[in-house]
Amino acid sequence: MKNPYLPYPVRIDQIVVETEDKNLRSFRLVFIHPEDEKAFEYTPGQFAELSLAGYGEIPIGIASSPTEKGHLLFTVNKVGSVSSALHNMKVGDVMGVRGPLGNAYPLKAMEGRDVVIVAGGFAVTTLRSTVTWMLHPDHRKKYGKIYFIYGARTPGMLLYRDEMKKWQERDDIETYVTIDREHPDWKGLVGLVPVVLENVAPPSENATALVCGPPIMIRFTQPVLEKLGFADDRVVMSLENRMKCGIGICGRCNVGPEYVCKDGPVFTKAQLNKLPKEY
Amino acid sequence: MDKRTEKIREIAKRLLSEGRVDVVLGYGPGTVPLRNAPLFARTPEEADRLVWDSNCRVNLANFLPRTSERVAVVAKGCDARNVVGHIVEHQIKRDQVYIIGVPCQGMLDPEEVKKREGRAIESAVESNGDLTVKGPGFETTMKLGDLLRQNCLTCIHRNPPVYDELVIEPVPEQTGLDRYADIRELLGRPDGERYAYFKELVKDCIRCYACRDACPLCYCHVCFVDEHMPQWLGKSIDPHDVLTYHLLRAFHCAGRCTDCGACEAACPVHIKVRQFTRMLEKDIQDRYGYEAGMSLDKLPPLSVYRPDDPQEFIK
Amino acid sequence: MADMILKKKALADFLRSLGRSYQVFGPKQEGGEVRFGPADGEVLLDYQNSRLSPKEFFFPQSERMFEFNADPKAEDAFLLKERPANLRPRLLFGIRPCDAKAFAVLDKIYGNDQYTDTYWFDKREATTLIGLACNRPCATCFCTSVGCGPFHEEGLDVLAVDLGEDVLLRPLTDKGEKALEAAGDLAKAGKKAAASAKALKTEAESSITSRVDMDKVNERTVMELFEADHWAKVAQRCLNCGVCTYVCPTCHCFDIQDEVSGQIGDRVRNWDSCMSWLFTQHGTGHNPRPDKTSRVRQRFMHKFKYIPLKRGGDIGCVGCGRCVVQCPVNIDVRDVVRDMNA
Repeated sequence: MKNPYLPYPVRIDQIVVETEDKNLRSFRLVFIHPEDEKAFEYTPGQFAELSLAGYGEIPIGIASSPTEKGHLLFTVNKVGSVSSALHNMKVGDVMGVRGPLGNAYPLKAMEGRDVVIVAGGFAVTTLRSTVTWMLHPDHRKKYGKIYFIYGARTPGMLLYRDEMKKWQERDDIETYVTIDREHPDWKGLVGLVPVVLENVAPPSENATALVCGPPIMIRFTQPVLEKLGFADDRVVMSLENRMKCGIGICGRCNVGPEYVCKDGPVFTKAQLNKLPKEY
Repeated sequence: MDKRTEKIREIAKRLLSEGRVDVVLGYGPGTVPLRNAPLFARTPEEADRLVWDSNCRVNLANFLPRTSERVAVVAKGCDARNVVGHIVEHQIKRDQVYIIGVPCQGMLDPEEVKKREGRAIESAVESNGDLTVKGPGFETTMKLGDLLRQNCLTCIHRNPPVYDELVIEPVPEQTGLDRYADIRELLGRPDGERYAYFKELVKDCIRCYACRDACPLCYCHVCFVDEHMPQWLGKSIDPHDVLTYHLLRAFHCAGRCTDCGACEAACPVHIKVRQFTRMLEKDIQDRYGYEAGMSLDKLPPLSVYRPDDPQEFIK
Repeated sequence: MADMILKKKALADFLRSLGRSYQVFGPKQEGGEVRFGPADGEVLLDYQNSRLSPKEFFFPQSERMFEFNADPKAEDAFLLKERPANLRPRLLFGIRPCDAKAFAVLDKIYGNDQYTDTYWFDKREATTLIGLACNRPCATCFCTSVGCGPFHEEGLDVLAVDLGEDVLLRPLTDKGEKALEAAGDLAKAGKKAAASAKALKTEAESSITSRVDMDKVNERTVMELFEADHWAKVAQRCLNCGVCTYVCPTCHCFDIQDEVSGQIGDRVRNWDSCMSWLFTQHGTGHNPRPDKTSRVRQRFMHKFKYIPLKRGGDIGCVGCGRCVVQCPVNIDVRDVVRDMNA
């Protein structure tokens, strides 16, 4: 029996400070044993437990796409003891990765349809994975139009700016990057994500919406999606809850009978309508 | 029916129908023998189910902190002193709580009953100082006085010192008791032996925290056990962490504990946790001459600084 | 293998001979209560149940999962290492059918469709269970209404029945047969013994008057049960202390902690409880179950609705009654289920 709690050892290959307040850092991790990378077959939407011996583990969405070989990318917010310890680590340090965990975005079910991605703040991480995967030549033809709407409070809080600039130059994806309020360093879109969504007004017919962001953004995005005609089973969300085992056993991340770590974190709005709001 | 039960119901019904309080916190019948359960009566009908017997071991003052309601609380001597403690520590306002004081003659210890009657008990009835327990094929009667808890045997404050209404006339206080004989014996042991004694005392602890949660003094938003940045102690049953937990909790209770015994009553593995708090209460009494919860005008010594505080023991 | 029989006087020798092949544990009287410990010849048959459930044999209160070298200069610094399990074969004698059924339910939780908890299953594989049927169920037992019973066989390797002067031993699995063969010196039980056991079973089952009904709980949706208005009243006197979860044979939730002492580090798992506010507290400070009522509701919803939904109808409660006896404020699970089923 394979011990499901044992992480793969990895080395930190690159650290990028993503935001101006320095609270978000992206870590590029490389497997120490090459056979572990083969075993770590993942799909956009999944997460992994980042393990720091002596501090603990934290569940973080995988920001890299499986099409990007040789490494994993995680963008981590400094919140508690484990993330703070991680932020203090240097390139070359050894840590652990356990996964891939969770269900993934319903990429198969989304084939042949348009995809509308609505992201806010640092919840955009797994959506970077998803977009990178969909734009790959092996996969792009499977999908219709792709809309990507992403916003943060200020320009300094935007993630993956260089990459998104490249997406904006492509013609196989409509990319809208916005900030909440006018800012001297910003010449792009201004406006809250739900407002931008309403203005872009992507057609809902034969489309799936992937929504990921802070609770307040989700609260105001929901009515816009409804107005645009997105049915609840075509609105896909990714939840977060406190986790420990990440494999549906320790009992703490449940939302009703579903474990966010194993039956989720991806759920449709239709599924969430039938569950208690314990997330 | 015990006279106290009658009077408690009468007072509760009066306070509720006059709109004087939102809820009367008392005891109701339990679903198993030798137990009763806290009862939150919000209507005169519910108040008619209040009871008083020798199983009122839960300290109802535990439910007072952070309530916004006007509460009447049924309180025996020790519990009433904890209500005073809550008022003095600003966890509830004096005019928010109506103390229904109950002069108490002791609560029984179910383990003492089991020691004398080990067979499975299906019913237990009190009457005139006797306890009659029945089970399949047997009936045994015992004297309530033989079954009391340790803290009740050495209690010197059976009558609530502060109250809004007493349900019966005060009962005579016990005198001539040596409350700390066993503590003095412990203090006489060499240091290594005392450490071994306490480590042995908590060897069965499963870190359930029932002692903390049953205790009216433990109302911190974040208990020291739950802090993580920094983390003060481990959460496993490592003997050092277990001992640390009990020692630190006892120190947090020092000068505030009324020896109500709710901690020992709640412990699922029968740890005599009062040995920690009693040792400290003896120190508080010896050094400051203070007993918790006897007056609304006095503050616990460890929460007050006075320039003329005794300090000859600080070396 | 057929039912075997043993004279009660020979039980101590039976356990001793098992002791040659297994580490044997049985119920022992300790003060006013019963606990499971190494069997040292004395056999206790005349007891109702242990205060704490025997789940600690498979799910210890604290368990070291991994160790690591905390010296930053070491070559293997901070790499988690498993410790070899090194489990000797064990035999647990005298547990009650409710506790064995609990282990069977937990097998489905510690081993779900994707992951297998090796810590739980290593110990399960190394342990043989000889259960003792309840001739005299407790007044608080309600096992018969939650898919269990005083003579229930699920989860056991052998069922032992106290017939008075004799003890009937019914092997139920290969492991059970192996144990009985290892003990040797057993006679085949006759028809009379089997009939005696059957009569005791009927008597025991009919003596259980405590029950819970779950027909409406099973019919209603998660949200109907969740949004019922009785939860605040149930939770009013709860202390959120966690005693119920710790004495319960089916409660299985745990916390994982890293502990470092000098140069040695451990990743440890400890019992945890949904009664604690920390259980679901996010690092950001947000708590999906911020108040007592939501946590109390979670416990009962988990045991009586979520587990049956996800584990093919198995209920997350075996009716042992320990929580009823131990709850400091006498919150009675039978009353709560009655409210849920009202």
